[in-house]
Amino acid sequence: MKYLKNVATVKLDREKCTGCRKCLEVCPRQVLVMREYKAAIVDLDACIECGACRQNCAFDAITVKSGVGCAQALFNALLTGGEPVCDCEKGGKKSSGCC
Amino acid sequence: MTSSPSDCCDPADNSNCGCCCDGVPDQTPKPLPPLNRRGDVLCRLSNKFRMNYVVAPGLYTIGNPAQESPVLVTANYRLTCNHLRKELEGGNIWILVLDTKGINVWCAAGKGSFGTKELINRITVSGLDSVVKHRTIILPQLGAPGVAAHQVKKATGFSVIYGPVQARDIKVYLAGGNTATEAMRTVTFTFKERLVLTFMELLPALKKYLWILLGIVVVMGIQRTGILYKPSIFHSWPIVVVGFWAIIIGTFLAPILLPVIPFRSFALKGALLGAVLLAPFFYLINRAFCGSIILATAVFVFFTTLSSYCALNFTGCTPFTNISGVKKEMRIAVPSYLSACGISAILLVIFKLQELGIL
Repeated sequence: MKYLKNVATVKLDREKCTGCRKCLEVCPRQVLVMREYKAAIVDLDACIECGACRQNCAFDAITVKSGVGCAQALFNALLTGGEPVCDCEKGGKKSSGCC
Repeated sequence: MTSSPSDCCDPADNSNCGCCCDGVPDQTPKPLPPLNRRGDVLCRLSNKFRMNYVVAPGLYTIGNPAQESPVLVTANYRLTCNHLRKELEGGNIWILVLDTKGINVWCAAGKGSFGTKELINRITVSGLDSVVKHRTIILPQLGAPGVAAHQVKKATGFSVIYGPVQARDIKVYLAGGNTATEAMRTVTFTFKERLVLTFMELLPALKKYLWILLGIVVVMGIQRTGILYKPSIFHSWPIVVVGFWAIIIGTFLAPILLPVIPFRSFALKGALLGAVLLAPFFYLINRAFCGSIILATAVFVFFTTLSSYCALNFTGCTPFTNISGVKKEMRIAVPSYLSACGISAILLVIFKLQELGIL
């Protein structure tokens, strides 16, 4: 299953890429492949903008406007004017590791 | 958060308590809490239960791990821990549970609570470096959006490697010397995976639907002599049934039929499925909807919109949507929804005026 065409914002700077393959390891959607010893984006529409590749790139070669693709969270942000928070996180105890 | 020792601290049961008795968390590794079948079902049905279905963060054991045993990192959502436990029964493993506020790995990584900072903190406070000899920790692959492996290495000396997406592959992954196949690295969204999520879509939607239901009953009951019981019930029930059906379409049928409904946009998928499956009701036009094509149209437009809205909300449950796409959908969907509601409202007013003999 794939989502809307040509909307994903992931970009790769091949100049900065060292070919360490970390982005291929973390991508859950097989967006990237190795080409001539460097990473390359081959399936843009599969990208879910989770940000795993950017987060794990030690060389800042990847940019992506990441976030959670959740309409409910965006509706809530629209109504409250705050940050996108979905109903999944409401109504429970917020902290579990303190005293 | 403060809790009194009585309601929070049972030393024999660390399963549902994130607190500690004396203000200092006990850092001795404990066995991971036992499986809980009843809880695993309940957390799919009740949001309140789900948000409190947690394991206290810290270092845990499965079996009798030694200094060389692998360390797996996970979230403190009890269901997640249970999945891991089920798959690793019989093994000897360390489990480092991060404080993700009871949220699963994928969602917590997206929000950053399953993240670099918490991981570094948890490695430090649990004294992991004195518990194991090696310097490798295995994270679930879906934790990667929150964790920068190179920063963890720099801060703690531990190398982060990413394991499979699913807990069910972890045994094979470990047995194969920490190697994941492409299938293990890819997220799936099968019929069954979609099905278990639909109840948490359907139930809250039905709760909110009660307000719409109330509105329908009141509006249909308005007569020249006041709000009357008889027209209210007799004219409302077909509309209430259509609305109920629209919610089932949007929150249940659209998610489970997702790959076979045309269009990539969720709003369009919901609108299409809603329009197709609501249409048969309008054969009943002469009997229901007071025989009024105006009322029937108002009902059809409003509830097709509702189906679309419910389906659009499912974007957050899927592992293949992205935020740029959802924003694009909403730029079109929000004005469309508002217009549709406006049209329905105008038609409804016209119908009522006709019914009351004013028009």
